[in-house]
Amino acid sequence: MNAERPNVRAGLGTLKLGLFAMLAAAIVAAAWQVTHERIAQNEREAQRRLFAPVLAGVAFDTIDLSAPTVIAPPHTLPGETPALVYTATLSEQPVARVFEVDARGYNGPIRMMIGIDGSNTVTGVRVIAHAETPGLGDAIEITRSEWIETFRGKSLQNVAVDGWRLKREGGEFDGFTGASITPHAVVDAVFVTLTYARRHPLNGDAT
Amino acid sequence: MSIWRDGLWHNNPGIVQLLGLCPLLAITNTAVNAIGLAVATLFVLTCSNVLVSFARRALQPEIRIPAYVLIIAALVTAVEMLFHAFSPSLHARLGIFLPLIVTNCAIVARAEAFASRQPPHRALADGLAHGLGFGWVLIIVGLLREAIGSGTVFAGLNQLIPGATTTGWVIADSGLLIALLPPGAFFALALVLVARNVITGPAGE
Repeated sequence: MNAERPNVRAGLGTLKLGLFAMLAAAIVAAAWQVTHERIAQNEREAQRRLFAPVLAGVAFDTIDLSAPTVIAPPHTLPGETPALVYTATLSEQPVARVFEVDARGYNGPIRMMIGIDGSNTVTGVRVIAHAETPGLGDAIEITRSEWIETFRGKSLQNVAVDGWRLKREGGEFDGFTGASITPHAVVDAVFVTLTYARRHPLNGDAT
Repeated sequence: MSIWRDGLWHNNPGIVQLLGLCPLLAITNTAVNAIGLAVATLFVLTCSNVLVSFARRALQPEIRIPAYVLIIAALVTAVEMLFHAFSPSLHARLGIFLPLIVTNCAIVARAEAFASRQPPHRALADGLAHGLGFGWVLIIVGLLREAIGSGTVFAGLNQLIPGATTTGWVIADSGLLIALLPPGAFFALALVLVARNVITGPAGE
């Protein structure tokens, strides 16, 4: 009897702990049941907020942020790092792409998101990370100036190849005071990305 | 009545037991953050107290602590999901400190020291009292640091209360940055402790 009791006690304890584990699982399951739809909806909204400025005017219902197409270098997009391509779809039809690429800035890469729609027109550009000189090169940020908005609506049709330079270089784009390499790099990156998009159309597999 | 007096003042987790200092110091850079964490902690502490109290007769010593851990972890997971669903911006700001409530020893301390020996209605009162006691300290420290550090009061209130029209009040153009940094948390808590000592004399006497 005395030798048996610790075993019985341990078995009973294990059983009770199992019941507590089931209670805990039930609590979590109930919370999930109540919240999972709202959480998914909140996440979709957060993604849309992030992508809204580079996909202005594009009607889309989904954009999968978790699984972009990764284009490993060497590629013909700007930069020497892997480029990411997010495809926005409407009723499962691709309608636009967002290219996440590196422009070659004055102080290293400028990480940019460039939205391009099905007619190969820029729908918006945002700089998401850079190390340009504060006060000079950082005018590429939307929080500092509206300059980055000049690209919206531009395409290889309405700006000739020669035009994809700064005005002081004979092109069509304004620069800004105090920095020459930074705006040049951004203009060039948009041009190179548009060229890539034309060669790899949204609805085809032409290369 | 002594349950309430203990939780809110004489045995307050934040300023007497000095438990749960990690979230208390880390998250209190604004009053709204502090309220968010206070509400989450209050909920977990109250529910865990009640559940532990109901189960107290089944809990033999060997499995008591693992059972507390299971209950508290499940409640914290549930709270995190609820914040994620109903206040995503606050969820983003509280970040890791929401799941870390599970390590707040104030909660396991109440389960062990009180709820495991008391009937559910007393455990409920104790959970509410200690949750509110921890909460008011969080909010006072948050208010102090926010007012001194950024010159605002209740900034971001609209994230806490859906549909609130105010986004907080500005009381100064700029603030003293150190109040927002980790040292500021210690200074602010120290001020609250000083106030407590002036009112009731040093703790532990």
